[in-house]
Amino acid sequence: MAWILEPWSMQFMRDGLLAGLVAGLSCALLGVYVVFRRMAFAGEAMSHTTLPGLVLAQIYGWNLALGALLSNLTTAIGIGILSAGASRRRGVREDAMIGVVFTGMFALGIILTSLGGPAGSMAGLSHLLFGNILSVAPGDLKFIIGASVVIVGALALLHKEFELSSYDSNYADLIGIGSTRLRMAILLLIALAVVSGVQVVGVILTSALLITPAATASMFARRLIPMMALSVALSWAAIIGGLYAAYYISLPPGATIVFVCALLFVAAWCWRKVAG
Amino acid sequence: MKREWLAYGGLHLHAPDPAAPALRVVDLNVGYPGSNASVLYKVNFTLPAGSRLALVGPNGSGKSTLLKTIAGLLPIQSGEIAVFGLKVRACHHRTSFLPQREEINWRFPVDVLRFVTAGRYVHCGWLTRPDDHDHAVVRQILEQLDLISIAHKLIGELSGGQQQRVLLARSVAQGSDLLLLDEPLNAVDSASRLLVAQVLDRLQAQGKSMIVSTHDIGTHDHPFDGILSLEHGALREVTHGVDP
Repeated sequence: MAWILEPWSMQFMRDGLLAGLVAGLSCALLGVYVVFRRMAFAGEAMSHTTLPGLVLAQIYGWNLALGALLSNLTTAIGIGILSAGASRRRGVREDAMIGVVFTGMFALGIILTSLGGPAGSMAGLSHLLFGNILSVAPGDLKFIIGASVVIVGALALLHKEFELSSYDSNYADLIGIGSTRLRMAILLLIALAVVSGVQVVGVILTSALLITPAATASMFARRLIPMMALSVALSWAAIIGGLYAAYYISLPPGATIVFVCALLFVAAWCWRKVAG
Repeated sequence: MKREWLAYGGLHLHAPDPAAPALRVVDLNVGYPGSNASVLYKVNFTLPAGSRLALVGPNGSGKSTLLKTIAGLLPIQSGEIAVFGLKVRACHHRTSFLPQREEINWRFPVDVLRFVTAGRYVHCGWLTRPDDHDHAVVRQILEQLDLISIAHKLIGELSGGQQQRVLLARSVAQGSDLLLLDEPLNAVDSASRLLVAQVLDRLQAQGKSMIVSTHDIGTHDHPFDGILSLEHGALREVTHGVDP
């Protein structure tokens, strides 16, 4: 039994676990809406568009979470405005709009990296691309917890409005809720969740924390709240499994967490197929 | 409304003019956003309060566009719409709209009870939940439309006819005075059709006004007070009972 407790005797492991569980909670809860509202591509785009903000923060010595947040909020507002107007413009679909913003922002991040000043100043950036849950700074941990409080609070307070606008946006508009503003609210919450997730699994893999546990949970739970609970449980299982793998067999924790998420999805899919 | 300051759409809900007709449409032109072309041309009619109007026409004639415009879901190019004497959306809690089934995300994990309860949300507003009165209203409507036995079934597991009845139940649960029903009998079996007809009769007896769109008026067993016929976005014919 000692092997179970041994990793958690280290402070950096305990901080990593706390950061992972809190970020996993908000990503997994929000992920159910992302999956059922078919916003997976928007989630993927948001994770990649943190890059320019992170690079600027690295260059100018800002807080990295703040840089990523500014970048993501800009993207969220951009996607919200462009996709709201997409239906009014002929020939440009919403996914194409998101694709333009996503690749444009990622390209800007790469360009900024190349202009990033003296050699070596971008050295810390690789852990942002691939995550480094084992070196979460106290300030980052506070940000992750704060973001999670905002996300869980918004999902609880606006539950009936988010739910209704997810299956009937016209009716939400008819009674004055406004589906466009709720979509914008979800995009802003995704921005917060992604910045939290970047600390855990990195820019490239964050969208997996949003999408994979929720997609797996949707194969088993029939209703929204149980689905959210299962999504959180799966996300936590992957995060704990990833941390054990990192501790005992020196695998990269961020990638291992995402890989465990994917394994759980494949196992669930196979089980569903076999069980009919 | 339980708390006015939490109302959806802000504090602009106005009391209707009691002497006004349920609906007055004057020289209405409607086009889709981003396009200069009109989908509806110079539509004029008045629906007296308490009347039931059939909106007929072939697919693509503009029936759904007209209903969505009256509901405030599409912008007006020119002309005027007055609902109980007020501008569209000035009293949106008094107008309900039953969309075509294709417009709902039926895969979303929500059951019949919760779907129909959403019809009461307009009376709750932000940060509040449906209360006992709301739940009693919903239960009564589920019984009227023979949905109580499937109240806890997911909406994605319903047959076409059941989905249509669930949509009607939500519109009725709203307790609105003007109901805009877009093809409510589409894919509905004969037993469901009878239930729907009974509910519509009961609503009309309560003084509710309604517009029922259909591409085949023969599917409706009960008479209408008037018929509005659309073709290629223009009014082709207005029968007795509807003031042109």
